[in-house]
Amino acid sequence: MAEWLGQNTLLLGLALLDGLAYAALVFMVAVGLNLVFGVLRIINIAHGSLFAIGGYAAASLGLFLAAHGLPGWIQYVALVLAAALVGGILGPVIERLVLRRIYGHEQVLQLLVTFALFMILEDVQKLVWGVQPVTNDAPLRLLGTVDVPFGEDVIPFTAYQLFVLPGVALATLGGLAWFLRRTLTGRIIVAVTTDREAATAMGIDARRVFLLTFTFGAGLAALGGALASPTTTLVPGIGASTIVLSFAVVATAGLGQIEGAAISSLLIGIGRSAAVYLAPEFEVVVPYLIMVAVLLVRPQGLFGVVETRRV
Amino acid sequence: MMRRGAEASIALLGAAGVLAAAWAAPWLKFVLTIALAKGIAVLGILLLLRAGQVTFGHAVYLAAGAYTVAFLAPSAGEAFLLLPVAALVSGLLGLVVGLFVVRYRDIFFGMLNLAISMVFYSLLEKLYSLTRGTDGIRVEPPRIAGFSLALEDYVWAMLILALVLAVGFGVLVRAYLASPMGQALAGIKTRETRLEFMGVSARRVLLAAYVLSALMGGVGGAIVGMTTRHVTPLLAYWTSSGELVFIAILGGAGAALGPFLGAVGYELVRVYAAASFAEAWQAILGAVLLLVILFAPGGLWGMISGLLGRGRPGRPA
Repeated sequence: MAEWLGQNTLLLGLALLDGLAYAALVFMVAVGLNLVFGVLRIINIAHGSLFAIGGYAAASLGLFLAAHGLPGWIQYVALVLAAALVGGILGPVIERLVLRRIYGHEQVLQLLVTFALFMILEDVQKLVWGVQPVTNDAPLRLLGTVDVPFGEDVIPFTAYQLFVLPGVALATLGGLAWFLRRTLTGRIIVAVTTDREAATAMGIDARRVFLLTFTFGAGLAALGGALASPTTTLVPGIGASTIVLSFAVVATAGLGQIEGAAISSLLIGIGRSAAVYLAPEFEVVVPYLIMVAVLLVRPQGLFGVVETRRV
Repeated sequence: MMRRGAEASIALLGAAGVLAAAWAAPWLKFVLTIALAKGIAVLGILLLLRAGQVTFGHAVYLAAGAYTVAFLAPSAGEAFLLLPVAALVSGLLGLVVGLFVVRYRDIFFGMLNLAISMVFYSLLEKLYSLTRGTDGIRVEPPRIAGFSLALEDYVWAMLILALVLAVGFGVLVRAYLASPMGQALAGIKTRETRLEFMGVSARRVLLAAYVLSALMGGVGGAIVGMTTRHVTPLLAYWTSSGELVFIAILGGAGAALGPFLGAVGYELVRVYAAASFAEAWQAILGAVLLLVILFAPGGLWGMISGLLGRGRPGRPA
């Protein structure tokens, strides 16, 4: 074992760094999904499509700006702007036109409604961006690489993946926790989540809270996609694989748990990138194995709360 | 519940309609066979929906049936042997997975099924030496009852086989739902605790339905494998599972005929939409699904029984 470790520190180091960057991206998507579920009680299958569209929009905007000779820093503005546009437009449209009609319906129907949205958005994405791979790695290149010392070795790693991705994820986690616990709007959201009827009786407009939360969640998914776009090549089907992965994260964490989503993102992100280096055939399987293992021991997820059974 | 005679005559009319359509438009034979095969798999979804549980991973049993056919066809190319073996393999897989997933309900039940199907999908894709990865496996047409048929006859035979199995499993599911085991399924949906107070084990009730549904998934998959004669891991991807739930809701989860109405409707919309709007067929299907859920929650079956004025249209699943 010790000998093996000695020979493979470099590999483990790479897996760890990759895993952190990957976990940050997964967290951005999963936390939005979890927030929306916590408030609206709907698992949004189309959440992955919002991730994909956010990524495509960011890449297109970035390429467009670069083609017009604008300075490099504007690339990062483009990432955030694209995500805000996607979330700000698609979020309210979906919530107002579709989701609003199915609150309180059977869970099966709610799931299928978002599945229908997923099917529609997948085609919209193909119609707008085609099926050719799209890529814009300017934000990645502009920051260059950093030499990370690891034991006796040095791993050159991109600064974007080392600092920007985990930084944004941490800021999102902290910001969200602060927002939900310390601001009035946040407290209102928590109130509606805990007891919608009582909150409504106190004069809170639950419908506005739903609209706000869904738009915010959509924006987080789009931001996740936008941040991911420099590190990956966008192809059709990226939304479909993202959503099942974030399901695994959310179920592992426990439904509605914000901090839990961060922990299980780390677990799954690092687990998956370790598999990439050590057993590449099983890369895709690892997140689900982690989830199944966790649910075997804790059926409500790592941080989930057991709900009292209603007779 | 509609009168038994009325439902039987609609089923007979439907079967005759399928044969007539296949005779009038030969290219429809393929589409209809696939639709019937998926309908059989969706009958399984229907059972679970009766318990209020939805799975986004059921395509794994369809894939298990199809891959069983693909693996065994070279050594045992006989449809009447392949079908029961495929059903058995899927049923056993369903039993193993079922023992684990029936402990969970609602979102967790759905997600665990999804996760397990994704594990199988990845294995089918990655174990190249065994499954040839995304290339998939070509299936030689098996003999049917000992006869090696010419292609045209083979296609007819598969359609008739699918039709007979569809009717058979439709009758079986109808009887199952009316039996105490089926009634207990509905009990899981309304008040599971009450069921337990009566001394009925909800887990066992759900497990029995789950295994039966996996078995029917395997039969559907075997027909799909023998008809398309090419199986790929995509059969097990989560979107294929979503498709099965889609068909269940489109057809209407109230009756055993619903899955077949839904499957024929789904395949026809898909074929026509893909032919006329190659870029947007999926969006068209999505829009159809949205409209059905928002404006016709009883599905196609709900509409028909509403028109006949005997059933209760819009009756939730």
